[in-house]
Amino acid sequence: MTIQRRDCLAWLSTIGLAPHSMAFASTDQAKQAIQILVGDQTIQTGRVILDIPPLIENGNSVVMTLRVESPMTEQDHVKSVHVLAEGNPLPHILSAYFTPRSGRAQVMSRVRLAENQRVWAIAQMSNGSFWQGYADTLVTTSACTEER
Amino acid sequence: MTRPLRTIVTAPPQAKRGQVITVRASAQHPMENGFRHNERGQRIERDILTDFICLYNGIEVFRAKLHTGIAANPLIEFNTLAVESGELSFEWRDSGGLSTIAKARIEVI
Repeated sequence: MTIQRRDCLAWLSTIGLAPHSMAFASTDQAKQAIQILVGDQTIQTGRVILDIPPLIENGNSVVMTLRVESPMTEQDHVKSVHVLAEGNPLPHILSAYFTPRSGRAQVMSRVRLAENQRVWAIAQMSNGSFWQGYADTLVTTSACTEER
Repeated sequence: MTRPLRTIVTAPPQAKRGQVITVRASAQHPMENGFRHNERGQRIERDILTDFICLYNGIEVFRAKLHTGIAANPLIEFNTLAVESGELSFEWRDSGGLSTIAKARIEVI
């Protein structure tokens, strides 16, 4: 049996060896924000690829790459993508608005992550459908509330 | 925040028609999230860039809304289709509505 690094880290965090920062309890807040975005529409899983390193040493600046599979034509393109973090004091991170002239529905930025959490990306296509993807991360040094 | 912002934009000066080009735009800004306190225990007021807009010869090709979850000195890398020679303009707006604009020339062959 091979032990994956990811599983090992998850196990360490469950027995309390990996540092758990204080809970911001905004999982519900993130869910609520998603609810507001999509309304009564259903969200399909897939097409959205959110790339965040699984283990982060410093949550103050984390490279995040977001890609949505789409031909990006006038008839079929990605309208917007919203990135929401379950464990940040405010769930909203970034909203990107594309046009067919964007060529590729891809955006990279540096984000803040406050604690071990799941980050969601919700994309709206030109036909109005919603798609989602997520990334799980472990954060050793928290961002956001760090004092000067 | 002192204005105007210092900005750095990287875009290819030349591209083939129909080619997808990658553009990187960053601005110097603390993105103060409003959750931190100073040494006297007072809350530091929120001061963030809220909007980023890219126009290609006056037509919007990409836009982003930035929130408190974006790191200081926000960097945004995105793509656009090279359609014609001209000017790419990049605008950052902060929560107070003030804006900074940077420009880049592109030659399409």
